[in-house]
Amino acid sequence: MNPRHSALVRVTHWVHTLGFFALLVSGAAILIAHPRLYWGETGAAGSPAWLELPLPLNMDQSGWGRSLHFLGAWVCVLNGAVYAASGLARRHFSGGMQQTYGVLQRLAYRGVVFVLFPSITVTGLAMSPAIGAAAPAIVGALGGHQSARTVHFFAANLLVLFLIGHVTMVVVSGFSDRMRAMIAGEHA
Amino acid sequence: MKLTRRGMVAGALTAAASGSAVSLARRYGLVPPDHGGLFGVGETLTYAAQRVLLHRQPLAREFRRDQISTNFPAINTVLPQDIDYLRQMAGGFDEWKLDVGGLVERPSEFSLEELRRFPSRTQITEHVCEQGWSAIAEWTGVPLSLVLTAAGIRPEAKYVMFYSVDGWWDSLDMADAWHPQTLLAYGMNGEDLPVPHGAPVRLRVERQLGYKNLKYLSGFTVIDSVQGWGKGQGAEGAEHGYSWYAGI
Repeated sequence: MNPRHSALVRVTHWVHTLGFFALLVSGAAILIAHPRLYWGETGAAGSPAWLELPLPLNMDQSGWGRSLHFLGAWVCVLNGAVYAASGLARRHFSGGMQQTYGVLQRLAYRGVVFVLFPSITVTGLAMSPAIGAAAPAIVGALGGHQSARTVHFFAANLLVLFLIGHVTMVVVSGFSDRMRAMIAGEHA
Repeated sequence: MKLTRRGMVAGALTAAASGSAVSLARRYGLVPPDHGGLFGVGETLTYAAQRVLLHRQPLAREFRRDQISTNFPAINTVLPQDIDYLRQMAGGFDEWKLDVGGLVERPSEFSLEELRRFPSRTQITEHVCEQGWSAIAEWTGVPLSLVLTAAGIRPEAKYVMFYSVDGWWDSLDMADAWHPQTLLAYGMNGEDLPVPHGAPVRLRVERQLGYKNLKYLSGFTVIDSVQGWGKGQGAEGAEHGYSWYAGI
């Protein structure tokens, strides 16, 4: 019998789902105001882009987009901190996971929690002119403001890929059982 | 989940803590004017966190002269359709004045020449647009702090509200108003500030996004409350959905 998801894991899972979708929708709203990516410090319309994204240009969605993006970011960062702290304290990542999941699954989950989430947070912070003043080394280490924006974009894409894989696995392994396990904490 | 005694105690403690957090935040000026609604929660967390993080007033990053962008877009208004402005422009802005009023001992008007007589500061910084692009330029101007001091700012000042020829208005808190890189800029890349970039004088507030750097300034007023300006959210941009605090 597999161990049950603790209440803390279940609550943080769904709070994160909400925060993640807020970030995804608002991130797209911000991106389409300037769907061009650059490498280095600067870049603007009229200069060559490193990558022109085939997206429709829309400059009227970034106001609410930014407000929702930062609300979602606060939800995910605070919620993620609770999840990671309790996970480390309860040895969730080394103990419980070991018995339940395969090698590839464990790698994917740890990659998301310990590589992608931190990367997307740091690159997001690096784009802030105020954080750039408080901690200029972060921007320097990433190779400049526009490089941070480009890495942020690719980290977001990898997270979406993970989400697709994650939902596919849930469906393949029995959707209603898995949903019951993550909502009510029943044995999966 | 059952309601346990532990859960109830934790809940009461959380409520008490957030209650005192709100009153502490108000006392230390950590609540932005656009704190209302669901988005206001995020605006407040970001503003409070950044004000704490920046309490030592670090400088925005500055760059080398060879990093100045050859391509620096000018957006929104690029030539105000205002008859007085066009007349001043034709006269080389000799008759342009900056109105300074509100909570100051000496409400006054400064001509471009008078602003140029203050000690100046030149800085090469990155302008980050909320749309996503960014560009580097060199800015020359008088630090706002010198003009505030010359006008005799009063201790109850909480915000500096700027207004422009093209009808825009926006405010800074005192942390950004006193910051050494906050300039009334009249020069760009070693020349007079070009008209598309806000001639004769624009605001430079380097630790915030581009839209806070108002172009075509016509004056500012020192205030202790943003009430009475539009819907009281501190900026015209906030009424169009753009965060009042844009250190993001």
